Amino acid sequence: MYGQFKTIDEANRAVIDKIVSSAPFLVDVVPAKSVIKELNGKVLLHAGPPMKWENMTSPMQGSCIGATLFEGWASNADEASKMLENGEIEFIPCHHVNAVGPMGGITSGNMPVLVVENRDGGNSAYCTMNEGIGAVLRFGAYSEEVINRLVWFKDVLGPTLSKALKVKGDGLNINVMIAKAITMGDEFHQRNIASSLIFLKDLVPHILQTDVTDKDKQDVIQFLADTDQFFLNVAMATTKVVMDTAREIQHGTVVTAMSRNGYEFGIRIAGMGDQWFTAPVNTPQGLFFTGYDQDMACPDMGDSAITETFGIGGFAMIAAPGVTRFVGAGGMDDAVNTSNDMMEICIDHNPNFSIPTWDFKGSCLGIDARKVVETGMEPIINTGIAHREAGVGQIGAGTVRAPIAAFEKAIDAYAVKLGLIDPQ
Amino acid sequence: MLYTIVKQNSYQDSVNLMLLTNKISTMEGINKTQIMMGTPANKDIIKAAGLYTDELDGAASNDMCIVIDTDSEEKIQEVLDEVDNYLSNQAISSGKEAFETVRSWDKATKALPGANLAIISTPGQYAAEEAEKALDRDMHVLIFSDNVTVEDERRIKEKAHEKGLLVMGPDCGTAVVSGVPLAFANVVKTGKIGVIGASGTGIQEVTTEIDRLGAGVSHAIGTGGRDLSEKIGAITMLDGIKALAQHSQTEVITLISKPPAKEVRDEVVQLLQSISKPVVAIFLGEEPHNHEGNIYYANTLEETAAIAVDLVKGNPIKSSYNKLQSQIPAVNLKPEQKTIKGLYSGGTLGYEAATLISRGLNYDNTGAHEEGYLLSANGFEVVDLGDDIYTQGKPHPMIDPDTRIQYFQKAAQDESTAIILFDLVLGYGSHEDMAGALIPGIEKIQKETQAKGKEIYFVATVCGTDQDPQSIDEQKAKLEKAGVILRDSNNQATLTALAMLDIQIEEVQKELVPATETSTVEFTVSEAIQKLLTEKPNVVNVGLKKFTEAITANGGRVVQFDWRPVAGGNPRMRQILSVLH
Repeated sequence: MYGQFKTIDEANRAVIDKIVSSAPFLVDVVPAKSVIKELNGKVLLHAGPPMKWENMTSPMQGSCIGATLFEGWASNADEASKMLENGEIEFIPCHHVNAVGPMGGITSGNMPVLVVENRDGGNSAYCTMNEGIGAVLRFGAYSEEVINRLVWFKDVLGPTLSKALKVKGDGLNINVMIAKAITMGDEFHQRNIASSLIFLKDLVPHILQTDVTDKDKQDVIQFLADTDQFFLNVAMATTKVVMDTAREIQHGTVVTAMSRNGYEFGIRIAGMGDQWFTAPVNTPQGLFFTGYDQDMACPDMGDSAITETFGIGGFAMIAAPGVTRFVGAGGMDDAVNTSNDMMEICIDHNPNFSIPTWDFKGSCLGIDARKVVETGMEPIINTGIAHREAGVGQIGAGTVRAPIAAFEKAIDAYAVKLGLIDPQ
Repeated sequence: MLYTIVKQNSYQDSVNLMLLTNKISTMEGINKTQIMMGTPANKDIIKAAGLYTDELDGAASNDMCIVIDTDSEEKIQEVLDEVDNYLSNQAISSGKEAFETVRSWDKATKALPGANLAIISTPGQYAAEEAEKALDRDMHVLIFSDNVTVEDERRIKEKAHEKGLLVMGPDCGTAVVSGVPLAFANVVKTGKIGVIGASGTGIQEVTTEIDRLGAGVSHAIGTGGRDLSEKIGAITMLDGIKALAQHSQTEVITLISKPPAKEVRDEVVQLLQSISKPVVAIFLGEEPHNHEGNIYYANTLEETAAIAVDLVKGNPIKSSYNKLQSQIPAVNLKPEQKTIKGLYSGGTLGYEAATLISRGLNYDNTGAHEEGYLLSANGFEVVDLGDDIYTQGKPHPMIDPDTRIQYFQKAAQDESTAIILFDLVLGYGSHEDMAGALIPGIEKIQKETQAKGKEIYFVATVCGTDQDPQSIDEQKAKLEKAGVILRDSNNQATLTALAMLDIQIEEVQKELVPATETSTVEFTVSEAIQKLLTEKPNVVNVGLKKFTEAITANGGRVVQFDWRPVAGGNPRMRQILSVLH
């Protein structure tokens, strides 16, 4: 019934073994359309399960306008809006083309993407680069400043990092970086300072050896030094490539993707392959910058919950005491309770990523959709909070829960597929 | 007006500053505030909030920028003091608990390897399922929950028996295992008397009385009220007696039950007769006239404890222990004041009082009662205020004084009432100061009746020990100060109340006669049950968190299982989970 496996538990074990044995390496930074053939037309990728323009949140629509301007498909925002409304531009979820995108997740052909290769599975995954904070495309801003930065990414940052990685030769071993940084206070969703620093430290010697101009070297290094969340997007591509390898085992109830598009929250489980199971998204709760409050928060967006799917992010709250207060006013106890709670819905600990503040237990490994439904404990996701209007940008940070209905639908469909229960 | 303070080179994490900003915003007289490090991106955020001032131009990334919008300049110093205060007191106080909290059985057994006892206090409809999960994990079970069907009880107990495990309950309110009080239980000295009973407050009264008489308890096993019914057939009682019979530290076995079904009784008595230890048995409501062989029959809970203590001390057994032992308080009653109102929080204590009063009245109380009454005869009433009909939507009277005070008042309104008789049950789970909570009500009644030129007397017993979390001495002192007449046992309190109305009960003198038949029952006790009786239990507490306190305070280990219905009670999901295995 479960292929070569005798039980669901056995199938689940095989999936998590794949996660543990993965070997992700950052090998290149390339224009998205060079690796994602679907982007060689008027196509935009977006975060979350499939969706239509009219259901997009205002920030995601803003991102679409920004990407349309960046690609030169329109000369101004009004024109871009009309094209999008008229359906002249096709939308594809990032997840359907081996990619992930933060927040709106809007990705177009000429944007450079990080290429992470899993040497255990031979597959690759892609993600755009982190733009820093403030006015940024992923939160729906599309001012000249935003577009200019994207152009600089395309012309300078992307090519420079690509060259540096070629100087390095065999790629950057990301598991090693995660293993180091998880002992330095990162959980890789809300906090990436340590890993971004390790990334910078490892890459600078190679950047210096490239043939780009001194000014470009200076600018690239300065940008990486200023961008505390740079590693988030590396972590996203990494966890995507790992979960995609694990997804090749098409049995069992391990969650292989969690993703949100501001409208729906979608999950996939191993036993149901590529099928999405969705429920309306929640709105994150957290701390807000002055002048902003909960009422202005945009519903949950982004593919970044792939980090939680892998067992880091909110699941690794205990590794990142510095950000625990986003959970509430709590301290270490709340952090450890959060991670302990998430272990209730996971199968095991990941021995690759031992967390000192958790008595050196490994990070959470393998969310079992059955356990989510059984316990009613919804996965917690650490997240930035966007303003519900495009262009305002990030207004706070906090946490959000994955809605249980998506997990119920997934195990329901799996039980039906296995012929263990009649469809409802 | 906007004020800007730049604190140079004082880096703080952005989360801290967001929390600080929230705090300062709530201060009186502050219209708006923003506290951030002076990075370019943060300055943009401050601009967007309309709080930017030129002074921020010079602020660098490691400078803390405080912008305050206020109408009064004096507020600035107040804010700065508060900022300093906040930043120097960032430690978060945490109430560290002595146990882990989990949400699933798997985690529970991982958190406490060697867990061998589960306490189940979920809503009744889920209790059987959770009990079975505990049995599947080779744990003994104490089911505190009620509303478990008799069919479920039978199935669970049979399964436990097969596996060599013990199921206490359902509706088991109290137990003491290896010195660890479970659920609503008193802290009693550890000793050589093993107690097994089908009644919660019956066990509490006997164990606290044993403690008071200077002996101790090895274990107190609760069976649940239905165990000795025909449908269950005393599965737990029989296994429990065998376990106590084999437990070397237990020298005397004490059994407490309402009268069981005939066949069940025969089976239990046959087992008791075949063991080598002396047994004290009380079948509440019966009036035994003899002790038979190794079985000493008692008429009251007080006598049950007293015989057990004399047996364990090697003293000769007297023919009765039920005599009124104290002076009868002088009373000044109006001619119409002729009755006792017994208002109990402990069901078995109330039942015992009802039995004694009917004996005193020569009233046959064996028939059906008016709903909610344990006795209602000629104005004499005994009520169990812990009965379901009084606790609908209200806490149990051991926890909450309100229902009792209300019924005290109702009793005082009755012209015929001379005496209000009640119990006060101490121990884990009970109210922390029930005496203090009841006294205002008592004093009010005293004042009102005295204003009418008469007296109503309060007679009570405090069921507890000097090791209970409440101070028994303080509880007694408070009641006595309020004029309540206190007696050491429920029997003595009831006899005193009757004597105050000039009613006496003839004491039954019992002789020791040989057992009518002696047959031997061969039995073995499972390793799991032996272990339960020889080591402090490792407990998974499923449900009510307050039960953890008694366990950790008395040397047991516990993991708290914050129970929720599986899949939120969704039937289809429950079915799917059961097939996806």
